[in-house]
Amino acid sequence: MADLAYLIPALPLAGFLGLVVLGRRAGDPRAGWLATSAIGLSFLATVATFFELLGQDAHHREVTKPLFTWIAAGGFEVKAALLVDQLSITMALFVTGVGTLIHLYSVGYMKGDEHFARFFVYLNLFAFSMLVLVLSDSFLFTFLGWEGVGACSYLLISFWFERDTAATAGKKAFVVNRIGDFGFMIAMFLLFTTVGSLTYKEVFEGLEGVSHAAIVAIALLLFLGACGKSAQLPLFVWLPDAMEGPSPVSALIHAATMVTAGVYLMARVSPLLVEAGGALTVIAIVGAVTALVAAVIACAQDDIKRVLAYSTISQLGYMFLAVGSGAYIAAVFHMITHAFFKALLFLGAGSVMHGMNDELNMKRMGALRRWMPVTGATFIVGWLSIAGVPPFSGFWSKDDVLLAAYDKSPVLWAVGLLTALLTAYYMGRQVFLVFFGEERWRREEQDGVQGNEPSRGRPEDRSEAEPPAEGSHSEPHESPRLMTTPMVVLAALAALGGLLNLPFGKLKFLEHWLEPVFEEAEHKLSPGAEDLRLVLALLAIAAGAGGIAIAYAIFMRARRTAAFQPALLKRGSGGFDDLYSFLVERPGRVIANFTAFVFDARVVDGFVNGAASVVRMGGSQLRKVQTGYVRNYALGVTFGAALLLGYALLRMGI
Amino acid sequence: MNGLPMNGLPMNGLLVAQAGQPEGLAPLELPNVEYSAMAPHLILIGGALVLLVWVAMVRRRPPWAWAAFTVAVGLASLGASWLMWLDVGRNGPRTAVADAVVVDGYSIFFMVLVSVIVVLGALMGESFLKREDIRGPEFYVLMLLSSSGAMFMASANDLVITFLGLEILSIALYVLAGLDNRRMESREAAIKYFVLGAFSSAVFLYGVALVYGATGSTNLGEIVGYLQSSVAPANGVLLAGVALLLVGFGFKVAAVPFHTWTPDVYQGAPSPVTGFMAAGAKAAGFAGLLRVFFATFDTLKLDWQPIVWVLAVATLLVGSVLAIVQEDIKRVLAYSSISHAGFVLIGLQAANEKGLAGSLYYLLTYAFMVLGSFTVVTLVGRKGDARHDLDAYRGLSARRPALALAFTVLLLAQAGIPFTTGFLAKFYVISAAVEGRSYSLALIGMLSSVVAAFFYLRITVLMYMSTDEEEAEEARTEPLAIPRSMAVVLAVSVAFTVAFGLLPAPVIDFARDATLLI
Amino acid sequence: MSLDGSWYLCLAAAVFTIGAVGLLVRRNVLVMFMCVELMLNAVNLTLVTFARMLDDIGGQALVFFVLVVAAAEVVVGLGIIVAIFRRRVGATADDLHLLRG
Repeated sequence: MADLAYLIPALPLAGFLGLVVLGRRAGDPRAGWLATSAIGLSFLATVATFFELLGQDAHHREVTKPLFTWIAAGGFEVKAALLVDQLSITMALFVTGVGTLIHLYSVGYMKGDEHFARFFVYLNLFAFSMLVLVLSDSFLFTFLGWEGVGACSYLLISFWFERDTAATAGKKAFVVNRIGDFGFMIAMFLLFTTVGSLTYKEVFEGLEGVSHAAIVAIALLLFLGACGKSAQLPLFVWLPDAMEGPSPVSALIHAATMVTAGVYLMARVSPLLVEAGGALTVIAIVGAVTALVAAVIACAQDDIKRVLAYSTISQLGYMFLAVGSGAYIAAVFHMITHAFFKALLFLGAGSVMHGMNDELNMKRMGALRRWMPVTGATFIVGWLSIAGVPPFSGFWSKDDVLLAAYDKSPVLWAVGLLTALLTAYYMGRQVFLVFFGEERWRREEQDGVQGNEPSRGRPEDRSEAEPPAEGSHSEPHESPRLMTTPMVVLAALAALGGLLNLPFGKLKFLEHWLEPVFEEAEHKLSPGAEDLRLVLALLAIAAGAGGIAIAYAIFMRARRTAAFQPALLKRGSGGFDDLYSFLVERPGRVIANFTAFVFDARVVDGFVNGAASVVRMGGSQLRKVQTGYVRNYALGVTFGAALLLGYALLRMGI
Repeated sequence: MNGLPMNGLPMNGLLVAQAGQPEGLAPLELPNVEYSAMAPHLILIGGALVLLVWVAMVRRRPPWAWAAFTVAVGLASLGASWLMWLDVGRNGPRTAVADAVVVDGYSIFFMVLVSVIVVLGALMGESFLKREDIRGPEFYVLMLLSSSGAMFMASANDLVITFLGLEILSIALYVLAGLDNRRMESREAAIKYFVLGAFSSAVFLYGVALVYGATGSTNLGEIVGYLQSSVAPANGVLLAGVALLLVGFGFKVAAVPFHTWTPDVYQGAPSPVTGFMAAGAKAAGFAGLLRVFFATFDTLKLDWQPIVWVLAVATLLVGSVLAIVQEDIKRVLAYSSISHAGFVLIGLQAANEKGLAGSLYYLLTYAFMVLGSFTVVTLVGRKGDARHDLDAYRGLSARRPALALAFTVLLLAQAGIPFTTGFLAKFYVISAAVEGRSYSLALIGMLSSVVAAFFYLRITVLMYMSTDEEEAEEARTEPLAIPRSMAVVLAVSVAFTVAFGLLPAPVIDFARDATLLI
Repeated sequence: MSLDGSWYLCLAAAVFTIGAVGLLVRRNVLVMFMCVELMLNAVNLTLVTFARMLDDIGGQALVFFVLVVAAAEVVVGLGIIVAIFRRRVGATADDLHLLRG
């Protein structure tokens, strides 16, 4: 059974190898088509496997497909195998599905790039690593996939390595991720020493003999790993910088798939988390705080991609909140809908950049809806979905998360609700700034609107295809069919994704499907919470609507009277505007600016940079010991010898 | 060359030392010298002597033939080691030459490793010597002799043999470090290495004397017997002796605070010699250290574990922190080799079987990584062996993509990226530390590898940065040629690093079997 | 009357220390090198003393090895020293600090 499962990771691997050999010769666009067909076929294999599992009885849907023995050395035996069950196949479905769409889009987006073939080499390698991560039956192989996706992510972030910022961003991602990875590694070592195995199945069966403290430590260390990969506090600093990479990369890796690996890992180890009671609360709190902080920061960003980056962090926070509340199904559900709408939004942002000569500052956009109708329409679908407007998919999944959070603690729920309001607000702000309002890009020369982000498009060499800009701007234009088609498909998914798990009796497909995986771990909602579902849902709708209304009031109504300027806050431009400005815009900006530029830049960045400079300074000081004089070196040796001798004598009590 | 005739001595000398049992005036009983137990050592020494005679007798001196001969000698010794491996696998380990030399998986493991290093080192040296116009076969002769010393350290079953191995290894290395004597740096490296090396050897020897005084023997087997039979084996003299032995070994493997010579000597010595030193001398130092501490002083482990802990932590941190602030690639690699020594010390500190196997695995895989790395350094150094500032690596990928890729692989492997042997090596020793409940050491090891990852990455990024016009022009006028022998070394080291990173079982088995047969 | 063995051991330790300290404080490479010789001879004394105390000839045999090794070291060391200081006046180790940091 499920023999096609072998093909799921094998096809992208074949694509990768094929491209390595043929890449340059195949060139643009054939290399892209090759890569796309590799992942597309992999998607078909996943679908086939999915239906095969569906045909089985609910409790026989878990299959381990052995591959080979990787390390066989005494107590060090590691076998490679695929674990095909409801969870991994669900994950594989959307990884390959969304992946295919993004590959397709990339063929259009990367057209004319100097390193076209190389881009797809990385992309296929990424898909392979991600599928290894998802389908592995043991911690070790998950970890190898984990490192593999990480490596691809650095390579793709610094894809345009001619730019210093891109190289720096790649480095930052690498270093921050290492911290998380080591959490993962130590957790593995602990598991191996306490349980004696690294396969999921054996670990979960062997947990009984392990002390509670060890389980909590393992759970928290794994969570540290998840924090690094999924950009949670305090390890989130790399993700916004990762936007240096091409937009399809942001969509695929830094929104839909790789960054959700942390959530996947948490879901995968749910039997372990159940045993580690306290750790769950930590996860829930970190998730909730991350969701809120990132949402606040997103409000103060002017860079179209950075808004989405912070929004991704915030949504991942929701998923961890769900995990921490014991609602794994809700977490997976939100992960899926998020993959749809966030990939869509990133592709939309890429399309906007494509049409605007790589402009990134939202303040230099406006009214693009008229020039880019498909991008505009699909982006709006994505926006409504993330803002939690029913019946779009985001509403349903977010609702599940909030309900579980309420059951865990009303405080967490309140934080989640506030985040939902902020989400609707900053996404509304983005949509209004980019697609509505005035054509600010026309007036740039006269006004000299200053943004706080410089333009970070790709390097000059690629835009030969586009007409040379007269003055500073050509007219915006809609992207080619190749790019819009995936967006339309994703828009449909983002709109209808909620059907996967409607909260009405038999319609909870996802829940019924995933239940056997989580049957022991899933927290059953208390009856009280279940009764409150409708009330909570209405409150969530109100929050979403409120956020959108505020954004509308500030960015649409105000726009009629005054050009977009902070001067909007001037007195006398109308009572209603004034009130909103006073109540929302100003404090929001202050908090957002504070968080973005003080907290993020000083505290978290400061921590990373600070640690680096402490190391550097320590190094410089230590360097002075290395004087170049032989007798100083001999003194060092003597000092060491004296130390050792002293220790030996002390040891004897002399 | 003057030191050479001495090297014939250890075998003959051995007989006297061992025959010297307190039997009054009874006629000396000469022990049976089993040459087969030392076949690889003898092949190397014999090769060195033949090479010397050959050079003296034959007028025409094609240097490539010397290199080819050295490679052949290395391969012969590799073959002999392999035969011994099979023999030990069948008949089990044994001691030979009156208990002074031990033939077991552990010693054969190092024979194999050293033989491989000889082969790769000779290939590295050939084109370097031609480029730098260094005539004469000294490089090959000294390398062969030095390697035989390394093998003696691994197979010694007597502290005297360990000491002699150490000296054979070191004296040849002093000269090797100063081989390029037209360069001031090379001469300075030689004298620094020599003064400090002699100093640390004296300390080591004092340690041997104290251990002898405390236990009544220098034979490792007899020392074990003494430690096991006595009620309270530890006393001040013994522990002081052990501490001084640790100083001597620590110097050779470049453990902090005995590392001070490393960066200067690595920087000053000719690049291929540095590569040989980093791979071979370190392995030899650890070969002696691990044997003496694991096998002999095992009963004292509660006494030496804390001090090794301190050394490991200092070595890990100083190595990786100081590597960051360096501007010279050879110094970066020197400090990185210090931090690698720290990782091997993690394996020692764990003091369990896995730690020993992990340490062996680490040394084997590191040898390939570092030989490959220094091959790149030698190439990029150009004629004069001087261009070692990190800026020389800027934009290397544009000029020599294959070279840059190979170096990237080797650096990332040293950083411990999965799918390379470097990852598994770190994984192995750290899991040994966790098994030995040294959680703090495991954490510090990982921390240091985070720091280390940073400077490996820095070089990698530099290589892939674009160059400015001026440098591009320079690159055109002064192309970077890759001689075939260097290409072979690079190919072998990269292939080993990646292939056994993907399919690690054979090498892990090898390291583990080596420890089982001890 | 014969002295207790520990007197010899203490003497050897003192000589060893003198050698080590000499290496640290003297700047002339030749003198530093002589200090190393001093240390080696201190070890020899230790070995002989222990051999006497243990009534075991092994320690005395070891001394010969040390002598041989020391001779080899001298030869190589002097060679290196001559090579480096051929073109200099004096043989001061502190002149050598090209390599540092």
